[in-house]
Amino acid sequence: MKIRQISVFLENRKGRLYEVCSLLGQAGINIRALTIAETESFGVLRMVVNKPDEAVSLFRKHNITANLTDVVAVEVPDRPGGLAEVLKVLSDGNVNVEYMYAFVEKFSEKALLVFRFDDPAGAHRVLTSAGITVLTEKDLPNL
Amino acid sequence: MDIRYWNQRLETLPQPELRQLQLERLREVVGYALQTPFYKKRLPKVGISSPEDIRSLDDLKRIPFTVKDDLRQAFPKGLLAVDMEKVVRIHSSSGTTGIPTVIYYTADDLDRWTDLLARSIVATGAGPGDVFQNMMSYGLFTGGLGMHYGAERVGMAVIPVGGGNTQRQLQIMRDFRTTVLHITPSYLLHIHQRMPEFGLTPADLNLKKAWMGAEPHSENTRLKLQELFGIDIYNSYGLSEMNGPGVAFECVYKNDLHVWEDGYIIEIIDPRTGEPVEDGREGEVVFTNLIRHALPLLRYRTRDLAFLHPEPCPCGRTARRMSRITGRTDDMLIINGVNVFPSQIEEVLMSIPEVGTNYQIHLSRHEGLDRLTVKVEIYSKLFTGDLAALEALKNKINEKLRASITINSRIELHEPGSLPAFEGKAKRVVDEREKL
Repeated sequence: MKIRQISVFLENRKGRLYEVCSLLGQAGINIRALTIAETESFGVLRMVVNKPDEAVSLFRKHNITANLTDVVAVEVPDRPGGLAEVLKVLSDGNVNVEYMYAFVEKFSEKALLVFRFDDPAGAHRVLTSAGITVLTEKDLPNL
Repeated sequence: MDIRYWNQRLETLPQPELRQLQLERLREVVGYALQTPFYKKRLPKVGISSPEDIRSLDDLKRIPFTVKDDLRQAFPKGLLAVDMEKVVRIHSSSGTTGIPTVIYYTADDLDRWTDLLARSIVATGAGPGDVFQNMMSYGLFTGGLGMHYGAERVGMAVIPVGGGNTQRQLQIMRDFRTTVLHITPSYLLHIHQRMPEFGLTPADLNLKKAWMGAEPHSENTRLKLQELFGIDIYNSYGLSEMNGPGVAFECVYKNDLHVWEDGYIIEIIDPRTGEPVEDGREGEVVFTNLIRHALPLLRYRTRDLAFLHPEPCPCGRTARRMSRITGRTDDMLIINGVNVFPSQIEEVLMSIPEVGTNYQIHLSRHEGLDRLTVKVEIYSKLFTGDLAALEALKNKINEKLRASITINSRIELHEPGSLPAFEGKAKRVVDEREKL
């Protein structure tokens, strides 16, 4: 039910994002979704990749500060109001969203959303009981 | 040139008589020193068990140097030479590195110190009729109170405003027609930059003079500030271990600083060997306080670098002159007038688990004020991916630093391994401030 997201600490330095991403590329690791949260002097790169364990050991080897965080990925119908429906379910279920981002890739008739909840188990319960599909890591390589 | 004296006899005492006066006062001070646990242990070892063992000024050379760490070790009363009942004033360092240093004064000590300040003030041509705005901090720092008492003794109208709050400072300068300032060079620059904001120019004020101290500055800075404000600016030197301001002061000729040699014996030594260097050569400044009895200090190493001018000054004063401070023998930084050692910053950083092992202290200057940026590498293992936690870490570092060094800093977080690493002695301080 949970998917592991990789968070990477990035200082604001020219070319740093490129360096990090090209490492993944060379290792044949595919980024499925990505977002950057930034401040004045540093940022945190968050991403879902097809091989999280490999990515983490690759980063560690290159002295890049990274860790794994549990997130929840859900499928939503790719049409107007699709996201709102999911958010209503969460809101009605009293689930707090820490942050979220969407998959950059569209596949089949669905769009994909990544959520970070302060209570992932509770969120999972609320989502599945509303009939919303929650992805597992096993689904990832097939995306 | 309008040459005024406060105590003409002492200020123009022929050198032989000045040396004789120094010798008498040294004997007296050694007598007090022998009352302290610290010197009672130290002086007999070099054959000084009573004031009579000082036969000439050359005997001073037998006394070992006193250093700041001795003051710390002797805290709180190891250097106190009189009963606490005789003490009327205590000044102290903040003690942020651990143990503070403390200076005690009797009423007579304060009186003698005040007199040297009165002398310094009059040497710059200031006096009754002047309105003096004292922008140095009051409190444990000696800069504020010291000059305050000296100015009152001379008969100036003193405005004890202390530091900061530029708008209020300018308002006071305008309302009371302030003629003399006591200020740091960087703050004076800052005030000039802020004046247009309040619709003021130096012509709207009644300033005539400023005494600049607490920070080293160059002749160019003085000239620039003199031109910007259209005033005369005099260099002031002092340190709390030698009472505070008024150890050495410029006269109207602005030919570097007259050391009040009847109050302090100055030596310039080679900081490596401790041997004296000849006049005109740069070295570490060492002072013996001849006028304080509550806490005597003999041959105190200041860590300041300077040289002596032996040639006479046209003002007629016979005391030798000291150059402006050319540097430090230790790594002490002066940030907006506050003394900070990099080790204080390191101590704070290393007490925070989320901080990695490498850091850099970066100094720059903006609008006349120093800016301290502390760059730290985060500790990878404690990275959670949480942005709020990183922001909280920045605040925590700043708060802890401010509690220690009293200065607000900008904190930059960096990736482990991204700050320059050093083999051997690390160069952790990058000082990009233009030299004042």
